Amino acid sequence: MTKKFINPIEATEIVKSSIKKRRAKDSRLRLYGRIAIGMATCFLFFMFFSIFTKGYPGFFQYYVTLDIKFDRERIDPKEDLSDTSLYEGEASKTVNESLFSIINPQGRKAKKEARKIVSSGKDIRIAKLVKNDPSLFGTVTKVKFALDDDIDSFLRGYINRDTPESERRISDNVIAYVDKLSEENRISYEFSDYILQGSASGNPEMAGIKGAFFGSILTLSVCLLIAFPLGIATAVYLEEIAKKNKITEIIEVNINNLAAVPSVVFGIMGLAIFISIFGMPRSIPLVGGMVLALMTLPTIIISSRAAIRAVPPSVRDAAYGIGASKLQVIFHHVIPLAMPGMLTGTIIGMAQALGETAPLLMIGMVAFIVDIPNSVVDPGTVLPVQIFMWADFAERMFIQKTSAAIIVLLGFLIAMNALAVYLRKKLERRW
Amino acid sequence: MFNFYLLIVILLISFIFFFLGLKEAKKLKLVHKNSLHSLPHYYGLYALLASLLPSLGIYFLMTIGDDFLFSNMIKSYIPDEVTNAKNYNFLIALAQINNSVEGLIFGTPPQWVTNAAEVWKSWVQTSNIIIVSLCLLTSLVSGYYGFLKINENFRSRNAVEKIIMTLLAASSVIAIFTTIAIIFSIVFESVRFFALIPIDEFLFGTVWNPQFEGAERAGSGQQGLSQYGAIPLFAGTFLISFIALCVAVPVGLFSAIYLSEYASSKERAFFKPLLEILAGVPTVVYGFFAALTVAPFLRSSGSILGLDVASESALAAGLVMGIMIIPFVSSLSDDVINAVPQSLRDAGYGLGSTKNETVLKIVLPAALPGVVASIILAVSRAVGETMIVVMAAGLAANLTANPLEAVTTVTSQIVTILVGDQEFESAKTLSAFALALTLIIITLCMNFYALHVVKKYREQYD
Repeated sequence: MTKKFINPIEATEIVKSSIKKRRAKDSRLRLYGRIAIGMATCFLFFMFFSIFTKGYPGFFQYYVTLDIKFDRERIDPKEDLSDTSLYEGEASKTVNESLFSIINPQGRKAKKEARKIVSSGKDIRIAKLVKNDPSLFGTVTKVKFALDDDIDSFLRGYINRDTPESERRISDNVIAYVDKLSEENRISYEFSDYILQGSASGNPEMAGIKGAFFGSILTLSVCLLIAFPLGIATAVYLEEIAKKNKITEIIEVNINNLAAVPSVVFGIMGLAIFISIFGMPRSIPLVGGMVLALMTLPTIIISSRAAIRAVPPSVRDAAYGIGASKLQVIFHHVIPLAMPGMLTGTIIGMAQALGETAPLLMIGMVAFIVDIPNSVVDPGTVLPVQIFMWADFAERMFIQKTSAAIIVLLGFLIAMNALAVYLRKKLERRW
Repeated sequence: MFNFYLLIVILLISFIFFFLGLKEAKKLKLVHKNSLHSLPHYYGLYALLASLLPSLGIYFLMTIGDDFLFSNMIKSYIPDEVTNAKNYNFLIALAQINNSVEGLIFGTPPQWVTNAAEVWKSWVQTSNIIIVSLCLLTSLVSGYYGFLKINENFRSRNAVEKIIMTLLAASSVIAIFTTIAIIFSIVFESVRFFALIPIDEFLFGTVWNPQFEGAERAGSGQQGLSQYGAIPLFAGTFLISFIALCVAVPVGLFSAIYLSEYASSKERAFFKPLLEILAGVPTVVYGFFAALTVAPFLRSSGSILGLDVASESALAAGLVMGIMIIPFVSSLSDDVINAVPQSLRDAGYGLGSTKNETVLKIVLPAALPGVVASIILAVSRAVGETMIVVMAAGLAANLTANPLEAVTTVTSQIVTILVGDQEFESAKTLSAFALALTLIIITLCMNFYALHVVKKYREQYD
């Protein structure tokens, strides 16, 4: 026994001499924690900041104001405002003539370049205008047209006029024309009417998120209609009705496993089952919604079960006591009381589904679709997939549009999550 | 494809039966002086369900079933010289016919396709008529049958509750069906893939170079240049996941320790949801951020240091993925650390230890299984993550441990192979299913292991 005994005075000395070190260690750990949290928050803010600064200009774009002579014979040769008639008309030519009268391009090459200044959507814009207001015919009216994306990038300063002409996307001539236009105060920087109302387009200046937005709404509606009733029914069955046996155990393990399956796998299943076996068409919101429903089902089931479990047994006993049947207890008492929790879970699941991309890529919702889907069986795309597609395009302006679309998407997600938090705070009762 | 008007009519009919049943029950109630077994609306509900359920069942069965039936029946309309041809494939012939039915005609299809399409169209018309009339008939007949059952001795509540119970039980089975569907679809296709490519070549090959080849599709046995060695993909996946963990584990763990042990309740209430926002941001946004902000930044700072960073580097994807999985580590670990009973901490403080010593020597060891489980779950999340790697990690199947080079992952290969038009019969398409199979196996194993760790090493304190 050579155990060393320390007398109390020595011990106090040891503790005293080491206490500084120990305290320092303690404050170091606290510091590490602070740094970690600071880093995570910085990441978050930096990401949001970078997307917002990139995306905010995406809501705006440059327009040129031109005096258009609305000559009915030229724009609407059949005089019936029909699509074919407007298509046969010379709307683009009218716009170009108005443009040429200002900038006076000389020669064929110069004219060709000058024509590209105004976005190729000009004839559609004129068609829309005269359809809304046929009284424009016979007048000379100022009309705003979007500028081509290269000019837009030039005006934003992304294309430097000092770089040699051969390395620029726009020529000296065009720069001169644009200068002339801005001298006459015809160029303006305004809130873009394409980003929110336009649809998928290869021309970045005309691209918008309307189609993807409606696609998202349709897909989410299908998802909600399937996942909400199924999720709640499953939760009710597992919590209130099912006896604890092998089958319910298997179901429970299954649900937990489904929650862990990578989302891309659900897309593969959709591809293999819905599309290749059931022969459903690709890229339709119906299939997308079904795949997302299966994906969000575990989230909804798990949170709904938690909500049901939180309803105190005394409520059930009271209902049984006055003679209610099992289903009456469930439908009249348990479900209404658990509803806030169920709704919160459903909203969070829907938010997940809204932001999901990978499974929808699998079932072909990446197709380039210009039309806005009117029903769940029309081909369409959704916001995140649109973001993914735009992020791949090379044009500078698409970066801004992509970021703008991300802002819209994040806006919806934040709104949904805020709603979930609000519901949880306001409606959930503590027993 | 779906006949919404028919569904609405079926619903309307069942509602009519509901009101008929309700009225009948109220009448009975008056006649028999309140001695009815159930409340009147249960009689109405019974009539409604009796009308609705059988017709809906028939409707869905027939809508899904008719395509199967037609594709079997159409076989006899494909001429022998086509079926006997060397590269005949029924699915391709079927696709040709279907395209023709839907009016998607490319060039001039052979005569037999147009003929078969005409026959198919006439079948569709007949089957539509049959479906509509059969559904309406069923809904009326079975609704009337349910209505007839209403009398003073009928226990409608019990009957209705039995039906609803069955419906609830049936919906809980959907989860199982989903799993079966996933397994079935993926295993089935994977087996076909492994019939073309030996499994050991897939698992241990070091070159991944899938290509569509006419020779393979026709099944003539020529292998050509395609190589399906998945090692580079797994290496890429784990490289990126490892980088992600290097970011997420320290940040997440220290955040969790700080939040649960040091932070005031106000700080906690502010920062915990803030960290959870990171998990709610769609992955496509992270991908965009990685590809457009992080990757160029790494590239330019790499060139300052004299390093050659690929524009789609594993580092960029890994770093951003790390940010994404921070909340998986921090939130779960925070919960587990919080669950360690206060008495343990108090005992530590009572012995004179500092907070640091209590946390590191008492609380963390006690919470370790949970922390490990949270890290495993984060890894499984990172392995299955798709969009970030698709957008930021590139497609070059390099077998490298250098995080500055471009690598590819299992998920990004699945997406590249399956997006767009594919032919179901080629080894390239099937390889995506084999990759998905391995992906599922890996993630499920991790989850089981995480649960196992939690269960086995959990200390029971109370």
